[in-house]
Amino acid sequence: MTTPKTNKQDVDKVTGVETTGHEWDGIKELNNPLPRWWLNVFYACIVGSVIYWVLMPAWPGLPGIGGYTKGTLGFSDRANVSKDIAQLQAERAPLAAKLSGADLNTVEQDPELMQYAFAAGEAAFKDNCATCHGAGGQGVKGYPSLADDVWLWGGTLTDIRHTLEVGIRADHDETRYSQMPAFGRDGILSAQEISDVTDYVLNFSGNSDAGAEALSRGQEIYAVNCVSCHGDAGLGDRTQGAPNLADAEWVYGGSKAEVMTSISRGPFGVMPAWAGRLDSSTLDALAVYVHSRGGGE
Amino acid sequence: MAKHSLTSGAGLRTDVIGTGLIMALGLLWSIFVTAKGIEPEFRIQGATFLGGFMVGFFILFAYVFSGQDERKDEYMDGVVRAGVIATMFWAIAGLLVGVIIAAQLAFPNIFYFSDFGWLNFGRLRPLHTSAVIFAFGGNALMATSFYIVQRTCRTRLAGGVWPWFVFLGYNLFILVAGTGYLLGVTGGQEYAEPEWYADLWLTIVWVAYLLVYLGTIWKRKEPHIYVANWFYLAFIITVAMLHLVNNAALPGHWLSSNAFPVFGGVQNAMTQWWYGHNAVGFFLTAGFLGMMYYFIPKRVERPVYSYRLSIVHFWALIFIYIWAGPHHLHYTALPQWAQTLGATFSVILWMPSWGGMINGLMTLSGAWDKLRTDPVVRMLVASVAFYGMSTFEGPLMSVRAVNSLSHYTDWTIGHVHSGALGWVALISFGAIYCLVPWLWKRPRLYSMKLAEWHFWISTLGILLYITSMWVSGIMQGLMWRAYNEFGFLEYSFVETVEAMQPYYAIRTLGGVLFLAGALIMVYNLVKTARGDVRRSEPLAAPANA
Repeated sequence: MTTPKTNKQDVDKVTGVETTGHEWDGIKELNNPLPRWWLNVFYACIVGSVIYWVLMPAWPGLPGIGGYTKGTLGFSDRANVSKDIAQLQAERAPLAAKLSGADLNTVEQDPELMQYAFAAGEAAFKDNCATCHGAGGQGVKGYPSLADDVWLWGGTLTDIRHTLEVGIRADHDETRYSQMPAFGRDGILSAQEISDVTDYVLNFSGNSDAGAEALSRGQEIYAVNCVSCHGDAGLGDRTQGAPNLADAEWVYGGSKAEVMTSISRGPFGVMPAWAGRLDSSTLDALAVYVHSRGGGE
Repeated sequence: MAKHSLTSGAGLRTDVIGTGLIMALGLLWSIFVTAKGIEPEFRIQGATFLGGFMVGFFILFAYVFSGQDERKDEYMDGVVRAGVIATMFWAIAGLLVGVIIAAQLAFPNIFYFSDFGWLNFGRLRPLHTSAVIFAFGGNALMATSFYIVQRTCRTRLAGGVWPWFVFLGYNLFILVAGTGYLLGVTGGQEYAEPEWYADLWLTIVWVAYLLVYLGTIWKRKEPHIYVANWFYLAFIITVAMLHLVNNAALPGHWLSSNAFPVFGGVQNAMTQWWYGHNAVGFFLTAGFLGMMYYFIPKRVERPVYSYRLSIVHFWALIFIYIWAGPHHLHYTALPQWAQTLGATFSVILWMPSWGGMINGLMTLSGAWDKLRTDPVVRMLVASVAFYGMSTFEGPLMSVRAVNSLSHYTDWTIGHVHSGALGWVALISFGAIYCLVPWLWKRPRLYSMKLAEWHFWISTLGILLYITSMWVSGIMQGLMWRAYNEFGFLEYSFVETVEAMQPYYAIRTLGGVLFLAGALIMVYNLVKTARGDVRRSEPLAAPANA
């Protein structure tokens, strides 16, 4: 470091400190020493860091030797995380084991187990299910409400548990599967026919103001195309996930236009199979949580 | 450098031939890409380059025939004036995009444009970061460095037409990068998104920048190199190194925009944050410290506080910053020993960073009254104060225990913006308030009162921004780590988002205020450049003409 030659003559009048004697475009530099506190804090940071290096994993080994300095405290993130997870699992273990072994139908009788299942289920639900079904399971268009007593594939604990495990139209060998034809898009029915059968379907719940003629045309179309899944009275069939058409709940909307769209396009809603993504105990807890949302059977 | 035969206009114009040759090669390449590029996006990028090179040739001819470089006894200020205009243009553009994406986060139902995919957050966010860092910040650094190096070396910029090549080439890079993001062309590495051809072009431009800068220092008429130039040189050299290493990639096909990074996995992450943090260190810190070391002593007309401090904190900063990158990867797959080094070097970096703050603030000794009378001085000093605050907050956040709370939260966003708005933007605005009257040969700014308004509006905007992000970020971090009595997470992600929404709205308001301040500044600068002076203004506080 070469210090510029100091011109002893050049002293700043305001502070009485000499300058380095140079000037660039009118700018001079004072020859003040390093602030003492600044230097002390700088040294303290260095000393503190060196101590930290001694205590903690810090420096890589030389090339050819490899490894790293482990530190005198033997601190390791990897070990700590494993320990934390093991500890958490140990804390949860008694109740998790109890839940796994339990008949889900008896869980509600055991307040402590129920509380545990509810807490575990709620946490899993909010992270995995709420995105589609809503934070309270209230559902949105295209994603069924889980908070009412209308169930496409069954609302008992066993049904819900199974739906969670295998999913709906999902990538799982035993997934719950059915497919409603796209009557309009695939040219099975004309627009007029779809309109008529929609009137007939809406009439199940008394929501059609169509004339008798349209309804009778609709009835004929319904008998040929829809009855095998949705039944004579439109009550649906849970074994194949065919919705009840006679109640007030509509996954894809219940206006005439929305029902016509559904018939035309053929809904094909998918829920993932959660087996393999969530462990068995979490699926149990989720089933209990969803069952308790309001409409469990 | 080029040897001109200036009186006759004849002789070997190596600068003209050199820039012309590079542009001719670029022109040929861009014609090929425009015609034959595999993806339509790449063809558009090629066409953008094509347009840029054609404009470049036009400017080159205009330059040759204007005889600009014959005025060898004058400073080369045309390119600085152009740089100041570009700086303010990109400031407004970058801040505007920032306000838009802040509004998208706060009010996603209103500011989601489903018919215009290119306006999605994912495309606008890199546009915002690159526009403010590289376009606004980069142009501010280029313009001020060209101004300062000439004054403090008492010589004209080296290289004939090369400084213009650097300035225009850099802005062409920004144009290609920015339009590329909107088209969906991205390398996907944060702050290094441009693809291989844009990276190559920037390399050429940056090497030219380095040579112009070195050439100017080489022919200086001062015995010593002023401290501002050390910082600018460190910025230019280190950014070149960072850019080359982090963007090392193999193009999939020479007619495709896609390239594949040389590093993979955790090596890629480490290289990325070695780059990312030193972009903060050498682009946003060292470069702007260079700016600070010229404009503060110049504006307050006082000597720099301590020459020794400037030397010690410069070298300490340079040697320590380069180690700090791993603190971006705490609690990840990066080995813990590397995290330790990143954290401890960040803590050691605290005082070297503060050396710049001390030298900036203490330069005011004997002139503190100017804080009261000159809003430009106030802006410069406020920027140094924000610099001090964020260079304390940075080491704090790099401590692993603190980072376990702050990482991935809005606290980081708040920290970045206290540096970006508080330090980088305010020091640049202060410098430009000084520069415009000097460059356009006006007695002073059009209106000091408007500068005063700008100062208060933007300071309020920064404070709203930072405080809302502190509250939001710490709350977010606490919610993420909250467990219920059974050891399950208390809150879902969406619940944390819901809780942050009011703070997102406040942040948007802060951004709007900061943008409004910058618009006031543009108005003030345009009036100044046109030679207007507000009559009602007291003439007691003249600018340093």
